[in-house]
Amino acid sequence: MSADAMVVVEGLWCQFDVSRPWLNRIFNREGRATLTAVADVSFAIPQRKTFALVGESGSGKSTIAKLVVGLIPPTRGHISIAGSSVTDKSGSARRQHNRRRIQMIFQDPYASLNPRWRVRRILAEPLRVFGLEKDRRETRIPELLRLVGLDSADAGKFPHEFSGGQRQRIAIARAIAAEPAFIVCDEPTSALDVSVQAQILNLMRELQEQLGLTYLFISHNLAVVRHMASDIGVLYLGRLVEVAPPNELFDRPRHPYTQMLLDAVPDLESIGSRVRRPIEGEAANPINPPTGCAFHPRCPYRNDRCKSEVPLLMQIADRKVACHGISEGRL
Amino acid sequence: MTEPALSVRNLRVEFFGRRGKLVAIDDVSFDVAKGEILGMVGESGAGKSVTGAAIVGLIEHPGRMTRGEIRLKGDRIDHLPAAGMRKIRGKRIGMVFQDPLSSLNPLFQIGDQIVETMRAHLDISKADARRRAVKLLDEVGIPAAASRVDSYPHQLSGGMRQRVVLALVLCTEPELIIADEPTTALDVSVQAQIIALIKALAKNYGTSVMLITHDLGVVAEIADRVAVMYAGRLVEIGSVRDVLKGAKHPYSQGLVSAIPTLRQGAGALRQIPGAMPRLHAMPNGCAFHTRCQFVFERCRVERPMPVRSGDIEVACWLHGKAVGTGP
Repeated sequence: MSADAMVVVEGLWCQFDVSRPWLNRIFNREGRATLTAVADVSFAIPQRKTFALVGESGSGKSTIAKLVVGLIPPTRGHISIAGSSVTDKSGSARRQHNRRRIQMIFQDPYASLNPRWRVRRILAEPLRVFGLEKDRRETRIPELLRLVGLDSADAGKFPHEFSGGQRQRIAIARAIAAEPAFIVCDEPTSALDVSVQAQILNLMRELQEQLGLTYLFISHNLAVVRHMASDIGVLYLGRLVEVAPPNELFDRPRHPYTQMLLDAVPDLESIGSRVRRPIEGEAANPINPPTGCAFHPRCPYRNDRCKSEVPLLMQIADRKVACHGISEGRL
Repeated sequence: MTEPALSVRNLRVEFFGRRGKLVAIDDVSFDVAKGEILGMVGESGAGKSVTGAAIVGLIEHPGRMTRGEIRLKGDRIDHLPAAGMRKIRGKRIGMVFQDPLSSLNPLFQIGDQIVETMRAHLDISKADARRRAVKLLDEVGIPAAASRVDSYPHQLSGGMRQRVVLALVLCTEPELIIADEPTTALDVSVQAQIIALIKALAKNYGTSVMLITHDLGVVAEIADRVAVMYAGRLVEIGSVRDVLKGAKHPYSQGLVSAIPTLRQGAGALRQIPGAMPRLHAMPNGCAFHTRCQFVFERCRVERPMPVRSGDIEVACWLHGKAVGTGP
């Protein structure tokens, strides 16, 4: 991994115990059940770049976000941010160390802001926690509001006085208040209308330029991801199946799942004329995933090897792909 | 010209609250032809769903339809008594909502729910209804329909549930289906399946569909015509191709260009400055004039009504003059 990487994730696994209570297990003669939410995921994000994770619900996008910020511990694997490990240090020391440099922006700006606090207090909280004196805080808050395109007079208002887009601006102001180097954005525009979504995406790009931020951007909307990312990782049932820069990925998707996903997106260009490849089936159950390549039951190109052996993410030409068909040269 | 399946004229819906009345839908008129799919788009709060609710008589207190006419195949349905309206809902007008679980009873098997709906509206024996239920489930793409007919909703995935809702809606062969964000809760790969299914079913059954959505991509894929709503008013209506490729209203133009597409790379997105006005602070004249870059004196004082301009009907004082291809 390159030395200037802001975030390095290696061999990350996350499994949840979803067993029924022990008495039920005894009566029904069941074993323990585990759900593998994230399986062997590795990626690196260079400084000032945006790495995007896309996938359908249940593919493990949000679990990776939580693992990276340290909200849940990984089962196995290693995460380091700006050279220091997130996974090694234990407990409160670890969290205190990381909080200031990592911030999060969530999907729903109606849920992520305290409705009883004025904007001033919402923005002052991270400043206070990181030890900024009171008078410095008072000058910093109007600065932050102007940075995200709000008025300094808005500091006296409550969240309910703002529209969804403005609330997301407040959430962004709160995230950048602590001067983080790295922001994890979990579906930041999914709850917003398209015209507002464009405003927020443009704002996030401007702030990245101005403040030198690194983003981990999580979304199910492929068009948004194309607009934002410098590298895209496609997740399927907890595994990365393809990692490539946006132009390569969108112009020539290699993995059959990526191809299917891109085919499925309704697009303005497609008025009446588009010929869709019919998509088969739905994503499998992560508690009992298919053997071998998790995508094989839906894949038109599968062979016996796909059914038995898990394909690993390998550098093939201009990208990383996990597919036997491609590494064998069949596709 | 044949009679439209649905005709809405001068619809006005008001909500009577503590702070006085709010006009949620202001003088909206449109038609849906037989077998046609009309996409209704706009931002949250633009009045798309309220329009749908008004058509089926489901506007709840303190809201009320205060003016206008709604006709289904020429029959006026906007001032029917509750019992009369119930006969139309479910039989002549079917509804599909965003969350399929809210339309299905979790305590009954899906087959029984379809049978019950058919027996409530049609003169059909239990055995015949059940045979038809299996056939319908098969038609909407439920694998092994003959055994799945006895499943409960929780045993099915989100996409399968939405298919069951479609079977439930189609079992009475309605003339009109109002689909309010039917694919918003689904993943893209499943969304594509449901869109294709709605399109095929509308064609096979000759059913008209009013598709309410905020996703212009979905509209581009499936609809014949599209209506754009803004702040409770209809600003533009026309064929999908005309509106999406050559929108005339500055708001529709902004909406179309604000969407990131797969084919366009990085670079700043066009954005419409500001936000939609709230209902209790509606500007005079054109509701969009505060955000419009082409605004002039007349826009601030006089409200434009939809007028035919080429193949599109557009409510904008600019129409007729050269608008240019984009903002």
